Amino acid sequence: MNRPWLLWIPLAVVAFIGGLAMYGLAVPKDEQVHSAMIAQNLPAFSLPAATAGVEGLASGDMADGKPRLLNIFASWCLPCKAEAPYLEALKKAGIEIDAIAIRDRPEDVAAFLNEFGNPFRRIGSDSEMAVQLKLGSSGVPETYVIGGDGTILYQHIGDIRAEHVPMLIEKVNAAK
Amino acid sequence: MRMLALICLMLATPVFAQGSGPTPALANRQLPDPAQEAAATNLMHSLRCIQCQGQSIADSDAHMASTMRAEVRQQIAAGQKPEAIRGWMIARYGEWVSFEPDMKGAGLLLWFTPLLVLIAGIWLARGLFRRGA
Repeated sequence: MNRPWLLWIPLAVVAFIGGLAMYGLAVPKDEQVHSAMIAQNLPAFSLPAATAGVEGLASGDMADGKPRLLNIFASWCLPCKAEAPYLEALKKAGIEIDAIAIRDRPEDVAAFLNEFGNPFRRIGSDSEMAVQLKLGSSGVPETYVIGGDGTILYQHIGDIRAEHVPMLIEKVNAAK
Repeated sequence: MRMLALICLMLATPVFAQGSGPTPALANRQLPDPAQEAAATNLMHSLRCIQCQGQSIADSDAHMASTMRAEVRQQIAAGQKPEAIRGWMIARYGEWVSFEPDMKGAGLLLWFTPLLVLIAGIWLARGLFRRGA
């Protein structure tokens, strides 16, 4: 063997693959599917009212110069109930919140609002999840920060918890 | 007692956890044109369901998969090319949504690694054959 160092190559390859496996085990897996729509305009949509007494939601409604939150929720979604008090807190902080109800019935939405309060200005009904697909949203609940010009600025996946409230307020205010 | 347990099970939240929207019309209905339907089905097998992440939208019963199938059929019926629809999905969910990685960036590595490993193997084995000769 005139080049003994060649013998080390297989070991190096195996060590590399082993290292990769260890790394894969050590790093927690991110199972969330993030929207690729950040920094882009809201897709055009127009949704009917999700329940009586609250207006429906069109993409144009959110491009009125005022940054806001867009909450994707459903009356049948448990974490949506958990985040209700924090949406209320955001509303109290002067943040305007629009919403899209996913696969919901008017009477169920009404019961949900009755029980947990209504922090929303408008609620569109996306019964076939078509708008959710256009938004690159992968589930409920999700909350988007929408700029005053209708640009999607940020996506929060999962329920809003106490620790997320100041962050969301800051992001909305930063967009002003 | 058993009856009560059964009723409680039937009323458990998961039964209602899927919501109550209608299934989009084109989710499970084929397009009238067989060629278009074939193109749509072909594409559906290579798009990943967002909800049940290991399955293609053709294989999945999840509501999100229904919506995605309907979207694919609608766009195919409107004359859109399958690769353009794949691009539409990728523009919303990232490369992740496609089961066929693009030939660029990390995808390039994925496509060419087998070739590189083969070349490396031939190069390593070369000495053995030479000595045998």
